[in-house]
Amino acid sequence: MGDFFSNLSLGFGVALSLQNLGLAFLGCLVGTLIGVLPGVGPIATIAMLLPITFGLDPVGALIMLAGIYYGAQYGGSTTAILVNIPGEATSVVTALDGHQMARQGRAGVALGIAAIGSFFAGTVATLVIAALGAPLTKLALIFGPAEYFSLMVMGLVFAVVLARGSILKAIAMILVGVLLSTVGTDLETGQERMTFGLSFLSDGIDFAVLAMGIFGIAEVMRNLDNTEARDIVHKAIGRLLPNKEDFKQSYASVIRGTVIGSILGILPGNGAVLGPFASYTVEKKLAKDPRRFGRGAIEGVAGPESANNAGAQTSFIPLLTLGIPPNAVMALMVGAMTIHGIVPGPQVMTRNPNLFWGMIASMWVGNLMLLVINLPMVGMWVRLLKVPYRLMFPAILMFCAIGIYSINSLPTDVMFIALFGLVGYLLIKLGFEPAPMLLGFVLGKLMEENLRRALIISRGSLATFIERPVSAGLLAVALVLLVLALLPSIRKGRDEVFTE
Amino acid sequence: MKKIALTLAAIGLATAAQAQTYPQRPITMIVPFAAGGPTDVIARIVGDHMSRTLGQQIVIENVAGAGGTTGITRAAQAQADGYTIMMGHMGTHGAAPALYPNLKYDPTKDFAPIGLAAGTPIVIVAKKDFPANDLKGFVDYMKTNGEKVNMAHAGVGSVSHMTGIFFNAVVKTKPTMVAYRGTGPALNDLMANTVDYMTDQIVNVAPQIQGGNIKAFAIATAERSPALPNLPTTKEAGLDGFEVSAWNAVFAPKGTSPEIAKKLSDALVKALDDESTRKRLLDLGGVIPSGAERSPEALQKLVESEVARWTPVLKAAGATAE
Repeated sequence: MGDFFSNLSLGFGVALSLQNLGLAFLGCLVGTLIGVLPGVGPIATIAMLLPITFGLDPVGALIMLAGIYYGAQYGGSTTAILVNIPGEATSVVTALDGHQMARQGRAGVALGIAAIGSFFAGTVATLVIAALGAPLTKLALIFGPAEYFSLMVMGLVFAVVLARGSILKAIAMILVGVLLSTVGTDLETGQERMTFGLSFLSDGIDFAVLAMGIFGIAEVMRNLDNTEARDIVHKAIGRLLPNKEDFKQSYASVIRGTVIGSILGILPGNGAVLGPFASYTVEKKLAKDPRRFGRGAIEGVAGPESANNAGAQTSFIPLLTLGIPPNAVMALMVGAMTIHGIVPGPQVMTRNPNLFWGMIASMWVGNLMLLVINLPMVGMWVRLLKVPYRLMFPAILMFCAIGIYSINSLPTDVMFIALFGLVGYLLIKLGFEPAPMLLGFVLGKLMEENLRRALIISRGSLATFIERPVSAGLLAVALVLLVLALLPSIRKGRDEVFTE
Repeated sequence: MKKIALTLAAIGLATAAQAQTYPQRPITMIVPFAAGGPTDVIARIVGDHMSRTLGQQIVIENVAGAGGTTGITRAAQAQADGYTIMMGHMGTHGAAPALYPNLKYDPTKDFAPIGLAAGTPIVIVAKKDFPANDLKGFVDYMKTNGEKVNMAHAGVGSVSHMTGIFFNAVVKTKPTMVAYRGTGPALNDLMANTVDYMTDQIVNVAPQIQGGNIKAFAIATAERSPALPNLPTTKEAGLDGFEVSAWNAVFAPKGTSPEIAKKLSDALVKALDDESTRKRLLDLGGVIPSGAERSPEALQKLVESEVARWTPVLKAAGATAE
């Protein structure tokens, strides 16, 4: 315990130096900005800013880059809530209830609870990393291909619960999502699948392209033919910050979201994306009146937002303790570290303690800064909704186009968001929910790859999924959830959950 | 006829003038892999110093996909004015013709070689619990139990995939191959004892070897690496014919004027002589090419010999990506 405090004080000593405070602030500010702009993601930004950090010392550089990353998580929620465009997989869920809240004139409350929940989650996650970082590393090693596949199965069961309308339509959308995820070069054999010989499809469909089209562009189209939506903007915006009642309603969700997000964030292979989805499912299941979900339930914003931020932070654990990046942004951080002459790995903690603990302390400092940056600005963001649509829509379209182009520099990606936008518009018109499709898309790829990997390693024996205790446990949970959903005796109750 | 000659002369003059004032605006260097990987890091370190020599920023553009061939195809088709160059590597300019039958460029003909930047040696690593403690024991085990063993790699066309196939061909073994999306997840499962071994670039595996999470059998270079001084070379450990390092080199599109190519290649050589650039590359476990290896001609020869080396190995293993 003494170690814990001396380590933390070493960390804060590093993080609170004037230069590092300034860099953390700069990182958070840039991160928030790019998070708010639809499409411009942290990956492109960090890659672009890498050369600028050459002149800095490694600790400062990494503090700034990390600030960009979690700043973007904050900013991304703002766009998801205000204009219904999730820039990343993790803010898909926030858009569900957050945007509904905005349409009801509660945008300020949604943004406020997102910021406060994120801050709480960030604080807890920082402590988790500091206290348990090293032992938690083992969790990442327990999850082999079989466990991962079972986790994804459980995730898909969550996806069913996400749906607002008919359960059949939700399952159909999940399957479409899974199918879309199989487009591209097959990982094991290198064969191309469903690419029609088009070279730009050979690496599959980019998540950002799909999400931006299905949510962002489709939302713009829907608003254009929907005069009713326009009135909402001119409604009184109402309170900007959550009140006592809101807090009472959402504090438990924040805590649950933090726990779920922290655990899933540690898992390899981008486990963090599951966090917000899992949290949303849990909240919806626990709610007294699940029908409120999808119609602006504050718990539906508070829980997933906390899970999102907690996961974003605990996903540093595999990077800092093992040197193994769990997702693309962390892979970029590995690059940033190596450029600065620090080879990430198990030795970082002992060889560069000021870097290790400095970064951890700076995460908390950064979270505090984000709260300070974001809360006073809630009013400003909300006023954005008052911008006339004739000005806002072209701006959104432009930012989407620029943002998507900046990811892979592919003109076809820009055309694809238009195509998916059209598809998304048709889906909305026909009463299909896009969120389960996106979850199917995200999980489909991971699920297929891990299924095949597990079967290759077990030489084709399906028993591997039941023989391994963690995998069996996850499958059992998924089964229970499914049975609960299908049991005739509670069928009536379930129907109330899913159909209106 | 005279007209054509005049036009040609005029073009010649124009390009010469262009070459003299080159570079006047930022240069784009296409890196055909995601930001953060070994090739990207090397490109950024070398590009940083070249920018200072040339007086113009070299902007790194990551165009990932299809084992790097997407980015190289784009760069090969760019205008040959010296403002688009690329960082190719062993895969894109050595193995690609065998892996991708529909490849839209020919590594030996469609480029103006600028020079070799840096290579990263390949290390043979295995899970901590592997029942062998040196390369000889490992090779013996593989010869008798090959089919029971799982080899991990970072996806078809990746360095670990190609060098793994090469190793298996040298040792004459046929393990089960397990593909991962990138080195990170593959290493994760290697550390968790889920898969048995892999061959990968030193920069990716050295920290885990030093941390005692995986074991290393040998490094596939002629000399030991200062990053892992205790690790024997493959030759020292008694295995001939497995010497390979993942080289990275700068290319320009075919038709780039020799003057511009020379300016670029001089800037590259200068970067490789710079003390702090060298230190950064060496910290990665990188191998910096010496005198004669740095010329564009040497790079052209290297590409030709690499295509000749990889094609039969990969074809025999039945590895194609289309």
